[in-house]
Amino acid sequence: METGVAPFLAYLLAAALFIIGIRRLRTPETARSGNTIAAFGMTVALIATLFVIEFESLLLIGAAVVLGSVVGILTAQRVQMTAMPQMVAAYNGVGGGAAALIALSEFYHLSEEGSLGVVAGTTIPLTVLVGSVSFMGSVVAFSKLQELAFTGSVTFPLQQVVNAVLFLGILVLAANAFLEGEILPFLSPVASVIAVLFASLVLGVLLVIPIGGADMPIVISLLNAFTGLAAAASGFVLENYILIIAGTIVGASGTILTRLMSGALGRPLGKIIFAGIAASGGSKQEELGERPVNDVSASAVGEYLSDEANKVIIVPGYGLAVAQAQSVMKDLVEALEKGGTEVLFGIHPVAGRMPGHMNVLMTEVGISYEKLLDLEDVNPEFEDADAAIIVGANDVVNPAANDPEKDTPISGMPVLEVGNAERVIFIKRSLSPGFAGVDNPLFYDTDKTMMLFADAKQGLEEVVEAVKNG
Amino acid sequence: MQETLIQFAIFIMAGFLGFELISRVPNLLHTPLMSATNAIHGIILVGGMITIAADGPAWVKAVGFLAVFFGALNVVGGFWVTNRMLSMFRPPKARVKRRKG
Repeated sequence: METGVAPFLAYLLAAALFIIGIRRLRTPETARSGNTIAAFGMTVALIATLFVIEFESLLLIGAAVVLGSVVGILTAQRVQMTAMPQMVAAYNGVGGGAAALIALSEFYHLSEEGSLGVVAGTTIPLTVLVGSVSFMGSVVAFSKLQELAFTGSVTFPLQQVVNAVLFLGILVLAANAFLEGEILPFLSPVASVIAVLFASLVLGVLLVIPIGGADMPIVISLLNAFTGLAAAASGFVLENYILIIAGTIVGASGTILTRLMSGALGRPLGKIIFAGIAASGGSKQEELGERPVNDVSASAVGEYLSDEANKVIIVPGYGLAVAQAQSVMKDLVEALEKGGTEVLFGIHPVAGRMPGHMNVLMTEVGISYEKLLDLEDVNPEFEDADAAIIVGANDVVNPAANDPEKDTPISGMPVLEVGNAERVIFIKRSLSPGFAGVDNPLFYDTDKTMMLFADAKQGLEEVVEAVKNG
Repeated sequence: MQETLIQFAIFIMAGFLGFELISRVPNLLHTPLMSATNAIHGIILVGGMITIAADGPAWVKAVGFLAVFFGALNVVGGFWVTNRMLSMFRPPKARVKRRKG
């Protein structure tokens, strides 16, 4: 499609605004304006597009846009911040779905015109494949995180073989579409592309069901990059520069983000995608609870904090969010600071269900982001801390991850070095080892560690009371 | 062919730009950033508008309609939810000012 000069320049402006917006998202102070600038860029691109197309379609477009916007605003406004990851997955999925549908529709248009060249002929099936996988993959990720279906790792015999056969089938169908039915004469080219779409939807489900809930952030991030690439690919089909630029930037940045995340988890991306979670460390379960632990009461914890502690570092985990204890956490911070205690937070890159998710949850209740330190910044601080309080977390503080003698699912993952603090306080429901199923030697260090067995919210409430009275 | 090559060059350059833009971002901002880039790939809505505007039978129009609906949902929901997230990152000073004002 021919783009006029004015719309072309508007697209360039939009691209610049996207880049400036993303740049501003790199610091907390400017992040919000960055998002606004990117949204403005989007508006510019959409208005410019109105001048590229036939005006008679405006009614149809307007109806679909209004419908999409209303659903978008309602869902985005209502979603709980703890449910953020699945909401991002959902928005990502529909983007991928849109790319697949656009490619299908363009295939029809181009083959009617008889102008399906090599570029469009190869790019369209690719867009349909990637977009559909992203769509159904996101649907599965959503339902796993929302705990609707497919929770845990769903596997069946010969899964990899089934996936491979399905993928080959998609390639044959794509080739059949490109070669105008020479391979499978009973399937018209358009029907072949539709078949590619449905087969890719199934592939999207099969690829994501074996991956456990703990790895979902990485999957969502990867699918985000996929959708970006699908958008870029559809830009080649439509010969539209803003689609190529914006789609590619998202594809590239999504890939980087995915690598950052899998690096922080110490899990190679290939292992996550192709194996699901390999069951390991299961036999260790029997040892749990056999050794003595220093089981304490909330008042003992409160007494220690108010009498002995001048500097406290809190490590929040997903257990905190599950118990909806964020605002009680805020009360604890205020109570401690009132008594002159310095409070910092150590946020592991994968705390919560997405990198940075825990920061969002903490700032939501009004805890200043300046107190929230990254792994590298907080680790030196434990040396002179009087207490490290771990709430609803285990894997991210487990020294076993860096023990060369042990081979665990979390081996190699950088952890928060809470053991360097004077005392270690766990607020936890039980000794259960958490997602990765690795026992934590800190639990059994009875001289250093205090175990407060409680639900995160209830336990924190009692500790806050004790600190106030102490 | 020339056109395709230029597009390919832009694709490569945009790829490098994407890598550079993201490589130094604090963990704190990873979720908002993922959410914002997620909204930006809603640019696919542009493609939806172009494809729905072209002639075609009812089923192709329906496919286009669904694509535009999905694209709009991606854009609006994406930016809206990112804004909600980032509104919590307001610097402490700004908060005090708002209270006074």
